[in-house]
Amino acid sequence: MAFYSTNEFKGGLKIILDGDPYHIIENEFVKPGKGQAFNRVRIRNLKTGRVVEKTFKSGDTVEAADVHDTDMQYLYNDGEYWHFMDPASFEQMTADANAVGDAAKWIKEEDVCKVTLWNGVPLSVEAPNFVVLAITETDPGLKGDTSGGGGKPATLETGAIVRVPLFVQTGELIKVDTRTGDYVSRAKD
Amino acid sequence: MLARIRAFFADLGVLEVETPILSHAGATDPALASLCLAEPTDSPASAAAVDRLYLQTSPEFHMKRLLAAGSGPIYQISKVFRGGERGRLHHPEFTMLEWYRPGWESARLIDELLDLARVVLDRPGLPVEQVSYGDLFRAALSIDVWAASLTRLRQCAVAQGIPDAADLELDRDGWLDLLLTQCLQPSLGRGRLTVLCDYPPSQAALARVRPADHRGPAVAERFELYLEGIELANGFQELTDAAEQDARFARDLAERQRLGQPMIPPDQRLLAALAAGMPSGSGVALGLDRLLMIAIGARHIDEVLAFPIERA
Repeated sequence: MAFYSTNEFKGGLKIILDGDPYHIIENEFVKPGKGQAFNRVRIRNLKTGRVVEKTFKSGDTVEAADVHDTDMQYLYNDGEYWHFMDPASFEQMTADANAVGDAAKWIKEEDVCKVTLWNGVPLSVEAPNFVVLAITETDPGLKGDTSGGGGKPATLETGAIVRVPLFVQTGELIKVDTRTGDYVSRAKD
Repeated sequence: MLARIRAFFADLGVLEVETPILSHAGATDPALASLCLAEPTDSPASAAAVDRLYLQTSPEFHMKRLLAAGSGPIYQISKVFRGGERGRLHHPEFTMLEWYRPGWESARLIDELLDLARVVLDRPGLPVEQVSYGDLFRAALSIDVWAASLTRLRQCAVAQGIPDAADLELDRDGWLDLLLTQCLQPSLGRGRLTVLCDYPPSQAALARVRPADHRGPAVAERFELYLEGIELANGFQELTDAAEQDARFARDLAERQRLGQPMIPPDQRLLAALAAGMPSGSGVALGLDRLLMIAIGARHIDEVLAFPIERA
């Protein structure tokens, strides 16, 4: 079992607290002129996404979490699990709805996603920052409207609903920023 | 900034000195990690024979030996090293201005320190205030530093919303350090130079302890300077009693043993110098990187370093 000392704390480090894996967002070292030093850290629970603050005495140790990110190709959904493949080793893995989370509404077959593994098991899945998806349904827009002001809802092939400008039509491909859920532009295949 | 400091001391007739950065002795203080070095070697036989040398955590011991030898008032600008200290206000290698005034009481040195800060920052009208450690805790947290129980200190930390305060295992000074750094320090020295003085005797470090008298309980004659929530300087009415210094070294080493920290050889030559007779007086150390941060409005110490340690 590996351990980190608070001296090694920095943004991005993965640790285990009370059995859950956490990601250090921010570490602040505070020390009076003479005396006990502390590490004040903000950490994100990688299972729940919750952010909490903790105070450590400097020099304390915490268990290291075997958490790392890897790029994997999304293969298919069998109704319950999402299947991914490592493009280098062709090894396949399944992720449950908890791990896939919001990424589910953006990804389609063959998309390459960032999969976070904890002890070799998918913990979370991040959709690519931008995806190109086809519109399956949207109200017919007004001809000649190019301003994009106002907009209208459009349902995409993955089931996600985004606001699009009035001139965008059913069947067209659009580029979406998955981090905000915003329409970016029309796209060619 | 360095030119202004040198001009300031030249006007006052304080001598600039240079003492070794490397020493056979280190800092025994359990809260300071002395960095130690040895020559690179391939042969284990010679490795055993290599003499350990410590990088100074402050030039204090060497400068006190000069004082004992009759140097008169002296100052030094030097690099100091502290292992494991890294953050917005900390870097393992930093620049310290340290000076000593034999024959002076600390109140007079505090005035000189405030003068120097205003000159170096070029803010002659910067207001000053002085507050004692006890008064600060009483006014801001309703804590009586000398009487509060560990339970009371923990309750206060919890009430102040310090994460995990309910679970932390700390001794008395640890709780006080936590409350000071988390709740009090950030608001010290806002728009003014704030001097914090009269520390609990348990936090004396190398300061003389003033016995209890009509003014109140015993206090360590130690002071710190704050500006914009940042601790800039730490000073003492210097301890000149060799036997008391020896006892503090022993106490530090016992604490290090209890904490499983490396044992550091205490400076026997300092003890010899104190025994031979060091004039009573005051000394103070000022962190120049932090002073420069404030002068240019930097938020992180890396902004005033040419190459932070990660790229050094």
